[in-house]
Amino acid sequence: MQKQSLWPELVGVWTYRDFIMAAVARDFSQRYKRSFLGALWAVLSPLSMILIYTLVFSNLMQGRLFEGSSNYAYSTYLIAGLLPWALFAEMVSRGQMMFIENANLLKKAAFPKLCLPAILIIGALQNFCIVFSVFLLGLLLQGEFRGIITLTIIPVLAIQVLFAAGAALLLATLNVFFRDVMQLTAILLQLTFWLTPIAYAISIIPTSYQWLFELNPLLPLFGAYQIIMVRGLPPDWWSLAPTVALALVLNILAWAILKARFNEIVDEL
Amino acid sequence: MDSITVSGVGKAYRDYPSRWSRLREWVSLTSNVYHTKNWVVRNISFSIPAGAAIGLVGVNGAGKSTLLKMIAGVSSVSEGRIEVIGSVSAILELGLAFHPDFTGRQNARLAGMLLGHSHEEMDALMPDIAAFSEIGDYLDRPVRTYSTGMQVRLAFSVATARRPDVLLVDEALSVGDVYFQQKSFARIRSYRELGSTLVLVSHDKTAIQSICDSVILLDRGRVIDQGEPAAMFDLYNALIADPSGATLNKSHAADGRSVTVSGTGQAKVSSIKILSEGSDVEAGSFIVGAQVVLEVQVEAHADIERLIFGYMVRDRLGQVVYGTNTHHTGNPLCNVRSGSKVLFRLSFSLNIGPGKYSISTALVSSDTHLDSNYEWTDQAHQFEVLIGERTYFEGSSWLEPSVEVVI
Repeated sequence: MQKQSLWPELVGVWTYRDFIMAAVARDFSQRYKRSFLGALWAVLSPLSMILIYTLVFSNLMQGRLFEGSSNYAYSTYLIAGLLPWALFAEMVSRGQMMFIENANLLKKAAFPKLCLPAILIIGALQNFCIVFSVFLLGLLLQGEFRGIITLTIIPVLAIQVLFAAGAALLLATLNVFFRDVMQLTAILLQLTFWLTPIAYAISIIPTSYQWLFELNPLLPLFGAYQIIMVRGLPPDWWSLAPTVALALVLNILAWAILKARFNEIVDEL
Repeated sequence: MDSITVSGVGKAYRDYPSRWSRLREWVSLTSNVYHTKNWVVRNISFSIPAGAAIGLVGVNGAGKSTLLKMIAGVSSVSEGRIEVIGSVSAILELGLAFHPDFTGRQNARLAGMLLGHSHEEMDALMPDIAAFSEIGDYLDRPVRTYSTGMQVRLAFSVATARRPDVLLVDEALSVGDVYFQQKSFARIRSYRELGSTLVLVSHDKTAIQSICDSVILLDRGRVIDQGEPAAMFDLYNALIADPSGATLNKSHAADGRSVTVSGTGQAKVSSIKILSEGSDVEAGSFIVGAQVVLEVQVEAHADIERLIFGYMVRDRLGQVVYGTNTHHTGNPLCNVRSGSKVLFRLSFSLNIGPGKYSISTALVSSDTHLDSNYEWTDQAHQFEVLIGERTYFEGSSWLEPSVEVVI
């Protein structure tokens, strides 16, 4: 069996950068093709979500997150967690399908296969940027914008993307050989969502069980967004260390399995 | 210098007895192997000099496309090595990245970038793509409004917009209308003349013969033979008629041409002659339009229920100029005893253009060569047609006009 180094693949991805960007643009416009409002929908759907949450939780339910917080605190808390979660879920759930969905392309076209994860990551980030900009604009209008500290979400986002990319690549490779992965991922994503304080605050969990939740490596990650966006404080960087470590482990594992099974992927599709 | 070197290449797919066995193999710390290898091609070695045009020919499942995909780098080799020098462009499937909702231009751009072209290169190539595909205003309409032919034309124009050092084509040319097929052929031929190496996979004999100078014949994942197209197609036909290959017999005639004989041998051609009508003397060359008699002596080596004699006249490229058999002419022979001799005499006029021709003979039980095949001989006999005193003409058929010029 000829072992293939992944290095030429990575070089190939760079030479195919125009293709990657064109494919990202196609994926984006494909979604809104043949609709009247076109790319406006990319803004309208997150906007409606943000408006609904803000309305429901700040006015109707009068949710208070913590003592002394404004009416908007709970909706901001919710959206600050939900938007990055949507990015995470998109990268993992779409990412695990990337080899299977592009089977025909992989079997018929000679292009660097690692273009596919690149297209995925860039595309998902592009959507996130649009949606998050709408959110930031909303905060600005409400007078809830936290100023320059908002920039600290960039490293948090980078950690999240690293984590999700590793998971997606690992799952995508496994999925080619064991299709159960697909079903399992859907369940795991659901589970992770509810085990991470995104839709609720950790404070509602009985104190005796909180340590269990704190084992969740995604907790400090999403917590970081919430701290930055709601309280306007920088996150506790050290709390993110285990998340970074796990993200690195995921990536190393994903690359090791991908490298070992790279040649088999096309045969198995 | 060789542009493609294939050495000892094999491709195997892994067969696992169950899903669990794959998992077990993955997670086990020992190097136990739980799969069996299913070799689709094996021990393939050949090299293709730069600028050559090679056809890969074989029945379905012979491994042609697998081999081409490995040369293209789409699929990996399980053993051996493939070295390709220079830029490679592979047309394995046309219109791969096309999306029906996008315009031809948008699709062409993305398809071009999938071949590794940059934005700027696509900008530069687009006018040529538009011109070559001849789809006019449709270029800016969604591809879903295209006919199949238009999609193929656009896809081919993109795939060949830039001349590569090595061009690999898989069956892609057998689609589209005749006009565009010829046009795409002309482009491929011109690329060849400019120095591109060409590997063509096709069932289309005419296509291969008109462009390739050599053919590699594959069967069940092995290289059977490599040689000039006409001879390889004879061998290919013999393989179709006799898949076991047991009765296949390839020999070389005195003049170097290869003679392929296949069949059960229950009846055999013992002699072939072409005579000028009214003469008993065998000749090797005739004037255009000459009346000739083809005399074929057949011997039965077994009792045969039904005997049909067929023949084909082929030109130097191996293209069939004319062919028929005694089933079609209404002269089937029934209950032929073993040891008996039969003489077939066929008179006709040689209304064909000057050149060298060969005759293939077939002794079969019905009108197809796939039923009971007693003997099939390619290149059984050769003759030449000369222009002689006839009025000069071009072409393969003699359609002599009587000319009347009216002023």
